[in-house]
Amino acid sequence: MTNLIDIKGVRHAYKTPSGPLPVLDGLELSVPEGGFAAVVGPSGCGKSTLTRLVAGLMKPDEGEVWLHGDLVKGPKSTVGMAFQNPVLLEWRTILQNVMLPLEIVSTGMNKRQQEDRARHLLDLVGLSGFEDKRPSELSGGMRQRASLCRSIVHKPEVLILDEPFGALDAFTREDLWQTMHKVKAEEPFTGVLITHDLRESIFLTDQVIVLSGRPARTQYVMDVHLTGERDIEMLYTPESAEALNILRQQIRIAQGRDAA
Amino acid sequence: MTLRQIGVPLAALILFGLFWEWLVWVNGWPNYKMASPSDIWPAFWKFRGLFLEYGWDTLWRTVAGLLLAVVFGVFLGMIMGLSKTMRDALYPLLVGFNAIPKATVVPIVALMFVGQHDMNTILIAFLISFFPIAVSVSIGLSTLEPEYRDILASLGASKFTIFWKIALPKTLPEFFGALKVAVTLAFIGTNLMEIVEPHGRGLGHLFDSGKISADYPLMFAVLIALALMGIVLYYVVVALEKVFAGWAERNPG
Repeated sequence: MTNLIDIKGVRHAYKTPSGPLPVLDGLELSVPEGGFAAVVGPSGCGKSTLTRLVAGLMKPDEGEVWLHGDLVKGPKSTVGMAFQNPVLLEWRTILQNVMLPLEIVSTGMNKRQQEDRARHLLDLVGLSGFEDKRPSELSGGMRQRASLCRSIVHKPEVLILDEPFGALDAFTREDLWQTMHKVKAEEPFTGVLITHDLRESIFLTDQVIVLSGRPARTQYVMDVHLTGERDIEMLYTPESAEALNILRQQIRIAQGRDAA
Repeated sequence: MTLRQIGVPLAALILFGLFWEWLVWVNGWPNYKMASPSDIWPAFWKFRGLFLEYGWDTLWRTVAGLLLAVVFGVFLGMIMGLSKTMRDALYPLLVGFNAIPKATVVPIVALMFVGQHDMNTILIAFLISFFPIAVSVSIGLSTLEPEYRDILASLGASKFTIFWKIALPKTLPEFFGALKVAVTLAFIGTNLMEIVEPHGRGLGHLFDSGKISADYPLMFAVLIALALMGIVLYYVVVALEKVFAGWAERNPG
């Protein structure tokens, strides 16, 4: 099986007044087609830089980012993104917000089909009936659901989620995890999830990559053996506890608190 | 519009007029010290033809100056909002220009283009009012959160598309906030010029005529006419804001 996302030996440093600030130093990451990888690591270790590299919004100083066999040189319409801040446009209705990418990307769908698709996705995430509401009328969790719909409406090959559930309360977050599984079952995408939440990483994805503290390199890769749709109860089995414990230790190493 | 929405401000207006009348009467002020509403109405009626004619002059000059300020202010704001270099270069210049009291510019402009009443007046209205618009647009654009740009940039959208679909509409509430300030300023600019310029037109000129002929009730009548026109202009902007940036309004609760 070929990898849809391939990141090879990426190094990057930001220019600051006090000299270059290296954020990524030898990052390796591979996600097979249809796979879903979580990236975890100490805060400020360059996870968001990683998303911008994959999205083609910036170029690494060294190394290569490949998507579907093509070297990434700039933004591509085959990528979808969602952030911690849902960034919905307040002057548009929820439906119009979801349809925004279709105004940029040509998908071969006519207006009618575009709207049907947007309505279908909103229904899938449990937002039917809210199509004509303004973002300000929705709760934080609902806005994040709408943002998720917008990120996949143009059928992207690659979905990049930059801590999309980070600002939500614990229960809303668990609801959204379930929704995410529903979406993944219907929409074929290859995903990268940036997160701070280890439970989230093993619940949603099939591969967890631990980055070291800044400058970040790939420190540890764990394959998650839970497959398909998952139940919250699965997080409380001994296997999950074991996996979480290993990841927890790796994070401590990444933070430099324990010697490896 | 409910009875309450019209009735409450109207009642306040009538009460204010009565209080004013009473204040002048109880102090026995002569009309050159403080004219009362009962002095003002006859003055207004006597010169109603001039009020209409000059009122129109003042109105269209103010609106023309304001439109110029909107076009130039938005353009300048765009340049400063989208390029940090341009912002660094233009900001001190702009602040310096804005710091010059416009009352001092009025006689200079009046001398520069002697007799060009319309142009002079529009020019002052424009000069006095473009600053808040330029500043608000530039701040609105430069404080756009990077995620807003990224949702379209990651799809390969051009800078213009991002500006048109996201940055511009997102700046509209700030723009209208500035426009409310600018409309009042433009009005001040128009009248400054009309008062100073000899042989001019407009309500400012009528005020000056009242001063020259010692017709004090007329001067007060001009002030009231200006106040009314100011209210109308302001609420036109408020109505436009409701149409184009009504989404920014939140229902309390």
